[in-house]
Amino acid sequence: MTMASPWPTASHIDPWQTHSTRIAAIADETEGVRSYRLRFDDAAVGDAFRFAAGQFNMLYVPGVGEAAISISSDPEDVGTLTHTVRAVGNVTDALARLTVGDQVFVRGPFGTPWPVDRVMDRDVVFVAGGLGLASQRSAILRAALPGTCRHATVLHGAKRPGELLYTGEYDAWRRAGVTVATIVDEGGPAWNGRCGLVTALLDDAIDDPARTTVLCCGPDPMMVGVAEKAIDMGVSIDAIFLSLERTMACAAAHCGLCQFGPLFVCRDGPVLRYDRIGLLMKVPRL
Amino acid sequence: MAAHKPRLAVFKFASCDGCQLQLLEAGDRLLELAERVEIDHFLEASSRVVPGPYDVGLVEGSITTADDAERIREIRRQCRFLVSIGACATAGGIQALRNWQRVDDFVGAVYATPAYIQTLATSTGIAEHVPVDFELRGCPVDRGQLLELLSAVLWGRKPHVPGHCVCVECKARGTVCVAVAKGIACLGPVTQAGCHALCPSHDRECFGCFGPSESPNLVSLTGFYERGGASRAALVRLVRSFNGHAPAFRAESDRLEGNE
Amino acid sequence: MQPPPIHSWHWLDASDLQAVIDALRGEGRRVIGPKVADGAVILGDLVSVAELPTGWLDEQDGGSYRLRQDPAAGSFDHVVGPHSLKNFLFPARETLVSFAREDGVWHEQAAAPPAAPLAVLGVRGCDLAALRIQDRVFLGNGFVDEAYRSRRERLFLVAVNCRRAVATCFCHSTGCGPAVEAGFDLALTEVDGRFACEVGSEEGARVLSEAGIVDAPLSTDEAETVRRVPHDLASRMHARQATDGVPRPRSLDTHGIRDLLMANPEHPRWDDVATRCLSCTNCTLVCPTCFCASVQEVTDLTGDHVDRERQWASCFSLDHSRMHGQPTRSTTSSRYRQWLTHKFAGWIDQFGTSGCTGCGRCITWCPVGIDVTEEIAAIRATDGVTVAREEASS
Repeated sequence: MTMASPWPTASHIDPWQTHSTRIAAIADETEGVRSYRLRFDDAAVGDAFRFAAGQFNMLYVPGVGEAAISISSDPEDVGTLTHTVRAVGNVTDALARLTVGDQVFVRGPFGTPWPVDRVMDRDVVFVAGGLGLASQRSAILRAALPGTCRHATVLHGAKRPGELLYTGEYDAWRRAGVTVATIVDEGGPAWNGRCGLVTALLDDAIDDPARTTVLCCGPDPMMVGVAEKAIDMGVSIDAIFLSLERTMACAAAHCGLCQFGPLFVCRDGPVLRYDRIGLLMKVPRL
Repeated sequence: MAAHKPRLAVFKFASCDGCQLQLLEAGDRLLELAERVEIDHFLEASSRVVPGPYDVGLVEGSITTADDAERIREIRRQCRFLVSIGACATAGGIQALRNWQRVDDFVGAVYATPAYIQTLATSTGIAEHVPVDFELRGCPVDRGQLLELLSAVLWGRKPHVPGHCVCVECKARGTVCVAVAKGIACLGPVTQAGCHALCPSHDRECFGCFGPSESPNLVSLTGFYERGGASRAALVRLVRSFNGHAPAFRAESDRLEGNE
Repeated sequence: MQPPPIHSWHWLDASDLQAVIDALRGEGRRVIGPKVADGAVILGDLVSVAELPTGWLDEQDGGSYRLRQDPAAGSFDHVVGPHSLKNFLFPARETLVSFAREDGVWHEQAAAPPAAPLAVLGVRGCDLAALRIQDRVFLGNGFVDEAYRSRRERLFLVAVNCRRAVATCFCHSTGCGPAVEAGFDLALTEVDGRFACEVGSEEGARVLSEAGIVDAPLSTDEAETVRRVPHDLASRMHARQATDGVPRPRSLDTHGIRDLLMANPEHPRWDDVATRCLSCTNCTLVCPTCFCASVQEVTDLTGDHVDRERQWASCFSLDHSRMHGQPTRSTTSSRYRQWLTHKFAGWIDQFGTSGCTGCGRCITWCPVGIDVTEEIAAIRATDGVTVAREEASS
């Protein structure tokens, strides 16, 4: 039957609203991984574009397609956005061919943020596998500010030393009081640091589990390993948050592609509390 | 994009030329293509031939002679990105029916002087002889998919050539399922899309022109048709046609004949 | 003429129904309705009541649909066919947005003007329920699909109360039919070659008035008789009777169904159904509530123009779960589990309602006749059984 808009028009969000940006700067991070600083063509749109740490954008290269990429910049840096991207597919390969001044479209922000505004009296342990650190950088920058949390720790694991992300920023993070520890699978002769899985770093990082919040992003099996170990160490299951990755076409819970059990990763995630997803993550091929 | 126009070459082996015609009959879009690429070897269109190497090579037809097997290796060396196009090039084509027979019997029956005929015992797809960068299915290939492939190569993105089955196309165009509504044994549920459901939309079964879909379950489908009254012989004929030598179809027709 | 009040009932004959169609067309609507084509009752453009499937009956079962003529059959004694409102409100292909490049700069193109508003005739209870479900998906989750909203807000619905069910119907189990209760502009119940028409909205009243329908109200007794038609059918469906030419319909025990399916992700039945399932996507595409879609870049060879085209997608295709080149749901077993568990369980978490209306299309149009009611019953019968875990995690 014909409808007189049963849902209030003011709150309607058109998920396909797309903004034109230009690449203002490109930084080579690691092999095949670059950070793109994007500036909105329309300054007013840029000023109005606000996001919370942990949210993502759909980056669009016309003629190639869209990819969901987390926002890595400081939410306070209004007017520009930074995305750290590995060239691994159709859209990200196309991004890798672009240069400063080229046009990239953005729609967003989408998804749930890291709970960095609710950890004032807690120890926060960021655990990142590989490029997973890109989804946490915004939140780390928030956590490094005085008063955000009791103490912040970053545990970063990668396959090889050359794949450790944002290494140039660790000193600044440490000066702000953040503990940073790294570990790699294969160190090689020049590596003086630790070798092994990132879970091995948890032992030294968590000393007051009842007051610790764990924020983790990486491959699914790695995140399950981190979460289960944290629980074993006494961290509460509702103080563990994971950021999931799934392919998606709309980011608005319409296309159905990112479904994970009953969840839409785009809308209910990407950041999800472990008590909501722990059992689902152990089901093969879900 | 490279500064020079990409160079395109089209080659033919044992085939009917129908796939090349899909390109030749592309009309305005062929003219658009000609503005974007140098068509340096396309004997179906022009006798002008510029020697290789080429950026993109399209290969139609199957390998049926020792000379073919040699020539395709040279073509592979000449082409940076090699695409086999059509059922012949991807699965041996209808002429791969010989693979279930003795080729000498055919030669003896057809030719007055069999000694003049030098042919291999089998008809096989290009990928059985050289590495292929992309296989474009169809008998013939779909013009839209062929141009999509060339656009994608030109603009550096992944071509959109889905592996799902013909049923997706029937449902998208609203075609009533001939298997369900008429009890016709149709290969649509196990055949890769690309034809826009041409046969079902004309009230006929799918003949499998685009070969097996990404996860075909032939045993279940033919079993259902058999319980509905189809004979094994008819099902073998259905499965063993233009793409009969594609692995999934080949295995099923052999199974139906009891030669698993 | 004063429009009739909402919830009033009026007798229409075929010529009155024609006048309604004419009135809807006269105000620029595209009128869609049931008609016989290609061996089925499809939904297509309707100009005349003569195009309705009067005298046709459908017989449906797992993987089988057949039409037969019956002189006693009315215009709406068929039930649902392969098409649903989804085909028109959420079309299989649709350009969402276009971009063009001029002087090296890409611009988003202005959207095409909306197509003519739709009126759909002959919508059943199950399909009205499906519409309510798709409304929640596209309009009610915080984001609004503007393309869907544009069509939905201008939709005019002429519903029909079923007086017959086929063997694949189970709307009585899902609570979606056969009676149409609400959500229509006009609703018809066919009785002795005439149509008792209930006015469901002001828009419906206006169109009846526009059509020049002379007030022909039902007597109280007549209204009572007419109201009983779908409820009598419901009783027969609940009793699973095979009388009065109504075949024995399927049924589904929906009690605790969400928890049942959520608790059985590793039930052996998933592997069993995977030996039969073709992964062909038909169940999802004929389902009137399935909403999955992908977005494709449609470019020309110049590369200066791009249409972003939304296309129906299905959880049975590998692309649906492909990430970094690999499908997460790599087996038919995992894909069938996704379909069934989403439809009957995950949907409840997502939208506060089951995704199934009991229309039975997924059973009829499955090329090998897989039956969701049978699969769920099998899992219920062996609730908690699991197969040996072959790997620790996905």
